[in-house]
Amino acid sequence: MASNPMYQFNVYRIGPEIKLGSVDISFTNASLFMVISSLAILIIFNLGAKKKTLIPDKLQLLSELSYSFVAKMISDTAGSKAKPYFSFIFSLFMFVLFCNMFGMIPYAFTVTSHIIVTFVLAAFIFVGVTIIGFMKHGLGYLKLFVPSGVPMVLLPLIVVIEIISYLSRPISLSVRLFANMMAGHTMMKVFGGFVISLGIVGGWLPLSFSVALTGLEILVAFLQAYVFAILTCIYLNDALNLHH
Amino acid sequence: MLKKIIILVFVTCFACFNTVFAAESGGMPQLNPEFWISQIFWLIITFGILFIVLTKVILPKISDNLETRKSQILENIETADKQKEESQKKIDEYEKIILESKIKAKNYFNDAREKILEDINKKRAALEKDLDEEISNTENELFEFKESSGDKVTKIAAETSAELIKELIGEGVNSSSIAAIVEDQAKMNKERKDVI
Repeated sequence: MASNPMYQFNVYRIGPEIKLGSVDISFTNASLFMVISSLAILIIFNLGAKKKTLIPDKLQLLSELSYSFVAKMISDTAGSKAKPYFSFIFSLFMFVLFCNMFGMIPYAFTVTSHIIVTFVLAAFIFVGVTIIGFMKHGLGYLKLFVPSGVPMVLLPLIVVIEIISYLSRPISLSVRLFANMMAGHTMMKVFGGFVISLGIVGGWLPLSFSVALTGLEILVAFLQAYVFAILTCIYLNDALNLHH
Repeated sequence: MLKKIIILVFVTCFACFNTVFAAESGGMPQLNPEFWISQIFWLIITFGILFIVLTKVILPKISDNLETRKSQILENIETADKQKEESQKKIDEYEKIILESKIKAKNYFNDAREKILEDINKKRAALEKDLDEEISNTENELFEFKESSGDKVTKIAAETSAELIKELIGEGVNSSSIAAIVEDQAKMNKERKDVI
C-alpha cells in the first residue's frame, strides 16, 4: 500500500533475476540509484574538469570548489599525511552526498537509507583505517586504547571503554547516516499522507510542515554526507597521527 | 487559542502516526536480507568504478587546473610587481627631469630678470643724468637771462625815457644823464621791492 511510510524503502528487482551461483545479485532500484548517482558525479566532474580556462565557468567552479572544500576538510582534520587518501574521501563524500540528494527527488529511492549500504561503507572505512594504523605504527597502534595521563587504577576500565568505542565506530557511523535518512524520509512521507487525509480544509498545516521538512532534509542530506566524510577523516587522523 | 489549535493538531498527528504504524506490519524493509547481497555487490561495483575514474581521470585534471591557475596567478602577480617597480622607476625619472627643468626655468627667469633690471637701471641712470644736465643748463640759462634782463630793461627804459623827453620837450637830452637817472630809479625800485 502506497500510504505506508516505509513502502518507499522497499527494494525490488528491475529486469531479470541475475544469479551468481546461488547468490542473487539482481539489478534493483537501489542499484539503479547507485548507478545514477555515480554517473551524475562522473558526468558533472568530468565536464567541470574538461575545460582548462583561467576564469572557470559554472561547472568548473563547482568541481574546483568541491575539490578545495574536501581538500581543506582533510587537511584541517587529518593533516598533510592524509593526502594520499584524498581521492577516496572525495569519492565517499560525493557518493553519499549525491545518493542523499537524489533521494530528495519525489519517487526516488534513497540508497543511503539502507543500513546494509551504509554499514558496508563504514565497515570498509573501519577495516581500512585499522590496517593503515597497524601498518604505520605496528603494534604501537594499540596505544590508541591507552590514553596518557590516566591513573593506573582507572586504566583497565578506560581501556575497555576505548576498545568498545573503537569497535562501535562502524556501527555508529553507519547507523547515524541510515537513521537520519530513514527518519527524514519517513517523516516527509507521513506529513505528505496527512495532507491527503486531511484534505483541502486541514491539509494546509501538514503541507507547510512538509515544505519546511523538505528544506530541512536537504540540509540534513548535505550535513550527513559531510559528517560521514569528516568522521572518516577523524578516524584516519587517529591512524596516521597517533596521539596518546 | 493558537496554542490550543497547535496542540490539537499535534495530538491528531500522533494519533495518525499510531494508526499508520499499526497498519504497518512488515517492519522495516531495510532489515529484509533478501537483497542485501545484491546491494553490496552493486555498491562495490558503482563505488569502485566511481573511485577509480575519479582517482585516475578526473581529480588529477582538477588538481592540474587548480595548480596551473595558482602558478599563473602567481606569475601574473610577479609580472605586475615587476611592472609596478619599473613604472615607479620611470615616475622617479620623470619627476627628476621635471624638477631639473623647473630649476632651469627658474634660473632662466632669474637671469632675464636680472638682465632687465640692470638694463633698466642703466637706462634710468642715463636718463637721470640727461635730465640733470638739462635742468642745470636751463637753470644757467634762466640765471643768465635774469642777469641780462635787468640791464636790458634799464637800457630800454633809458631809451624810452629819452624818446619821451624828446617828444615832450622837443629837444635831445644827454642820454648818459638819462641813463644815470633811470639806473637810480631802477635801483630804488629794486630796493623797494627788496624791502617789501
